[in-house]
Amino acid sequence: MKTEITVAARKTWLSLLAQADEGELTQLWSDFDHDPSFDWLRPPEVGGVMVRGRMGSVGAPFNLGEMTVTRCALTLADGTVGHGYVQGRSKPKAEIAAKVDALMQTAAAIDLRQAVLEALQQARQTRKEARAAKAAATKVEFFTMVRGED
Amino acid sequence: MSLNTETNSYGGGFATPPVDAANAFRAAMNAMARPGTVQDILGAEPPAGISPAAGCLLLTLCDPETGVYLAQDVDSAPLRSWLAFHTGAPIVAAEQADFALGSWTDLMPLEQYRVGTSEYPDRSATLIVEIAEFTAPNATLTGPGIMDRAGLALPDIAACQANALQFPLGVDFFFTSGCQLAALPRSTKIMAKD
Repeated sequence: MKTEITVAARKTWLSLLAQADEGELTQLWSDFDHDPSFDWLRPPEVGGVMVRGRMGSVGAPFNLGEMTVTRCALTLADGTVGHGYVQGRSKPKAEIAAKVDALMQTAAAIDLRQAVLEALQQARQTRKEARAAKAAATKVEFFTMVRGED
Repeated sequence: MSLNTETNSYGGGFATPPVDAANAFRAAMNAMARPGTVQDILGAEPPAGISPAAGCLLLTLCDPETGVYLAQDVDSAPLRSWLAFHTGAPIVAAEQADFALGSWTDLMPLEQYRVGTSEYPDRSATLIVEIAEFTAPNATLTGPGIMDRAGLALPDIAACQANALQFPLGVDFFFTSGCQLAALPRSTKIMAKD
């Protein structure tokens, strides 16, 4: 088990897994073809969380709204603990997320990053750019005409 | 579910949380409702150092809004992480605790726990006292929930009597040993057995 994992790095991959498209993640995971044996610490369960935000990242926190989250926790044969917290109600997706989180703490991390996480990162980037492009196309430029009054 | 408590302390929660927690709650409720009776409570396998009965009680009664105080003899890193993983309960000082866990000697003095206020007597602590075993009763109990009289082995009769005298304020006790528990609410009158 590796111990030199930073909190930021783990946050990054958990964030990718949480937002990933289920079909995409399932496909990448089955292509990776390395299903570890594990025991449940917490079988997948569906619940709600309150999403909170701050206006401009500095204001007082306010409740943005509730969203559905599925979570689970498992432990691999060597004792590594993986947590999966994903958007939506999909229990298989939470299971894959927990397995990826656990394996990212083991020697399989480099292969796994190439096979799954980089593809997810790319997909997220593509989605983000498509959305930005769509928004940019509807941008309206305002400018003032000089009125010929004199 | 096999456990791997050597490398992490997250295992040993309820296998089927809704059912196990309901059964454990029923045992705790019956124990409180009938002081002096010993109830079976099963389902959790907490980290080494505390009894399964105490572990079940913590899983059933604690949540992120209840502060837990761990006395010196039971306080350990595995127990803290186990409690955080399964219940999310914060670890607090004895003066703010809703639940306190430990052996009788390590939980003392009794005066440090919250006893509630006249307006809100429920804002008091519940002590989960670990004992080696339920030995022969040294105290006779009477009061609500007891038909005639009941008996229980108490670690310190004088301290429990002083607590009962504060009624409606005071703390409540669970006594746990192995997979069994008994309870002593503040409403019970205690007499030493001669």
